[in-house]
Amino acid sequence: MSSILDSKSPEGPLADKWQNFKANEKLVNPANKRKFKVIVVGTGLAGASAAATLAELGYQVDAFTFHDSPRRAHSIAAQGGINAAKNYRGDGDSVNRLFYDTIKGGDFRSRESNVHRLAEVSVNIIDQMVAQGVPFAREYGGMLDNRSFGGAQVSRTFYARGQTGQQLLLGAYQQLARQVGQGGVRLFNRSELVDVVVIEGRAAGVVVRDLMTGELSSHSAHAVVLATGGYGNAFFLSTNAMACNVTAAWRAHKRGAFFANPCYTQIHPTCIPQSDDFQSKLTLMSESLRNDGRVWVPKVAGDNREPHLIPEDERDYYLERLYPSFGNLAPRDISSRAAKRAVDSGQGVGLKQNGVYLDFSEAIGRLGRDTVAERYGNLFDMYERITGENPYDVPMRIYPASHYTMGGLWVDYELMTTIPGLYAAGEANFSDHGANRLGASALMQGLSDGYFVLPYTISNYLSEWLNKSVPDTSHPEFAKVENEARDRYNRFASVGGTRSPDWFHRELGKIIWDYCGMERTEAGLEKALGEIPALYEEFKKDLRVTGGTDGLNQTLEKAGRVEDFFELGMLMCRDALDRKESCGGHFRAEYQTEEGEALRDDDNFAHVAAWENTGDPMAPNRHVEDLVYEEVHFQTRSYK
Amino acid sequence: MTNTLKNLTLKVWRQDGPNTSGSFETHTIEEITDEASFLEMIDILNERLIEDDKEAIVFDHDCREGICGTCSLMINGQAHGPERGTATCQLHMRKFSSGDTIVIEPWRASAFPIIRDLMVDRSSFDRIVEAGGYITAATGGAPDANLIPVPKPVSDAAMDAAQCIGCGACVAACPNGAANLFTAAKITHLNLLPQGQAERYSRAEDMVETMDSYFGSCTNHGECEAACPKEISIDVIALMNADYRKAKVQNRKQLSRT
Repeated sequence: MSSILDSKSPEGPLADKWQNFKANEKLVNPANKRKFKVIVVGTGLAGASAAATLAELGYQVDAFTFHDSPRRAHSIAAQGGINAAKNYRGDGDSVNRLFYDTIKGGDFRSRESNVHRLAEVSVNIIDQMVAQGVPFAREYGGMLDNRSFGGAQVSRTFYARGQTGQQLLLGAYQQLARQVGQGGVRLFNRSELVDVVVIEGRAAGVVVRDLMTGELSSHSAHAVVLATGGYGNAFFLSTNAMACNVTAAWRAHKRGAFFANPCYTQIHPTCIPQSDDFQSKLTLMSESLRNDGRVWVPKVAGDNREPHLIPEDERDYYLERLYPSFGNLAPRDISSRAAKRAVDSGQGVGLKQNGVYLDFSEAIGRLGRDTVAERYGNLFDMYERITGENPYDVPMRIYPASHYTMGGLWVDYELMTTIPGLYAAGEANFSDHGANRLGASALMQGLSDGYFVLPYTISNYLSEWLNKSVPDTSHPEFAKVENEARDRYNRFASVGGTRSPDWFHRELGKIIWDYCGMERTEAGLEKALGEIPALYEEFKKDLRVTGGTDGLNQTLEKAGRVEDFFELGMLMCRDALDRKESCGGHFRAEYQTEEGEALRDDDNFAHVAAWENTGDPMAPNRHVEDLVYEEVHFQTRSYK
Repeated sequence: MTNTLKNLTLKVWRQDGPNTSGSFETHTIEEITDEASFLEMIDILNERLIEDDKEAIVFDHDCREGICGTCSLMINGQAHGPERGTATCQLHMRKFSSGDTIVIEPWRASAFPIIRDLMVDRSSFDRIVEAGGYITAATGGAPDANLIPVPKPVSDAAMDAAQCIGCGACVAACPNGAANLFTAAKITHLNLLPQGQAERYSRAEDMVETMDSYFGSCTNHGECEAACPKEISIDVIALMNADYRKAKVQNRKQLSRT
């Protein structure tokens, strides 16, 4: 298999690559920047920071969000923190260590050069966010506080109570708002991307739908940035917000952008277990809780005594037992599978026996209730509101849920997709987390891409277009794409079947969760690849969308998003089937060690699988980018 | 313990657009478990409406974790419903009883025009932030983060204010439709921090005056604090007023020098 994918990693030793890139990239002089227009879709951490910074530099920026305000993006829900190799604790942290932890955490399936750059700029992110007024937690001397997080043996996580994502997003939103106020950015709210327009092989613009009027409109630009998040809602039940979807990335994929590693999905170990069949979403309890909470289940299956009636010697603190050096802080994929094994063996707790305990009684005894309240108070309150149980008195019940997707649009070192001029940033790309993301690294990557990478790399592309004309919206391709989008919405509205888009989404999610969730098998994936197309056929025949295509119609919006999840679901299963190894979040039951841990196959699968759309969602082309490690040596990931 | 609620009567506001008149539509929920969230109850009702070939009720919602601020709803006349310090999306049916009648309305404020049914337009909040709710710190030029020590009590107080989720409950609860709690929370967050000092007075003046151009005036009812899902203290309004007054003097002095 020959590779047509060029990662464009710069020359030189790993530690010098980013410096070398910056020294040699082509620049656009300040007076010329205003001649370029850049479209940024999505206003979460990556999108807002990119739009704000590009506008500060002088580019004309059009920013699109389907929310009513940029401040609503789901980056806001991140709780625990953001990593940075500041080594403020003097506990042995360094750029190299953060780099290595991220590569190892990703189970040796990420691109070395990208990850090293991420670790390098992590320190700038903290400086930048503090300067913007993000109220990170402080010590009494006024210096920044840190906490530790899963998958690391140093304390490098900066946090703002349990609302770090909120504070960082508001910081980036404020920078964006400043540019909107000053005219540097034109903001289009409640506008959803419905297609990407590619003319003569390069990204020429986008078609968006005004969610309030239903009107479709075309927008052209020199470059387009998609910062539209991940596809965790393919599972229906996930910790993602209700509106999170894959549409932007998927539309780009259908127009020629390769989609990388779709089977790399992260299941977060600490979410509140499902309580009912009509449940609309799952709520995450920050991983930081595992700093002080102890995970356990009853030793005997089916033991349904109240937790405080189960004596110490009849409890199995399985993470501490299996992974003594990391204990309750074992990485997400490992903790999640351990919880699944406990529940599958009948040791689950709660009415539905679908959870494990996360117990704070020891921490409350050691630190006092007040300290625990200061660290986790808002999370405890949230837990109580949802479950009606008070975690100061009874242990929390938790269970893994879909949370983050490491896969995404394939991008090179410059964050450009396989369509020239089309970039992907943040969770929407695949670049930095390999097969598993470490906690507190998503915020780091979003801000790194938006603040410190894209603004440098984009000029490398734009400089070639100086004083050359690019197609504007009068080009017939824009009208053609608009018509295709209109036909698509008309099609949804006119099926006249009996089932709502939500019904199909729920059914689809069940299939993907059962066969392409925490544990995958060849037989299961084959089965899913039979069931998903069948359900998709039913969707086409039996969908019911009430209300018309003109004006506000949330049911219609949902139908478009669900259709894209169908095609993505097929690709996720195909990718999982073809990756005949286990790594990180991708666990194939056929490939495991005697102890039940992931068994990688570095000889055959140390590569990125990047899928090319062929028009038939069941028959995409698989391309590979070999992962060449210059500094790091393959190791079996061990957290024992 | 899971319980089942029976026979709930919902009176839901339906309105086609900003310029049409609306009215209440009555629906009955025969049975629902108290584990359901309030919005999940509306989801179920919407599924039923689609089944009956009717249009689903339009409402804003997203994260359902109480942090994005997208959800709204006046529930029985209370912004975000009966549970203190809780956004609608985190409200659960265990706060209601069998046989209850629940009145569901959109935020009602002239600065928040109704878009459809229960959805309103809150972009005026964005205009206030655009006027000065930021610290000018262009990307790339920041000094090392620990060069700016911030005393813990100051940082904590700034964080208390910064928790605002921008939902608009304060405006909806206010008899005057004032946005003072929202604006003051943002001003306080930035004006308390050392990083925010350079623009302290221009920020106060610009944001307050933008706020005044959209919203009503504050007459110290305190309804905003009671409705705030993040329980932001009304004290921030006093801080904003003090900074605004000082700004009027200071900014004039600076102008006379130039």
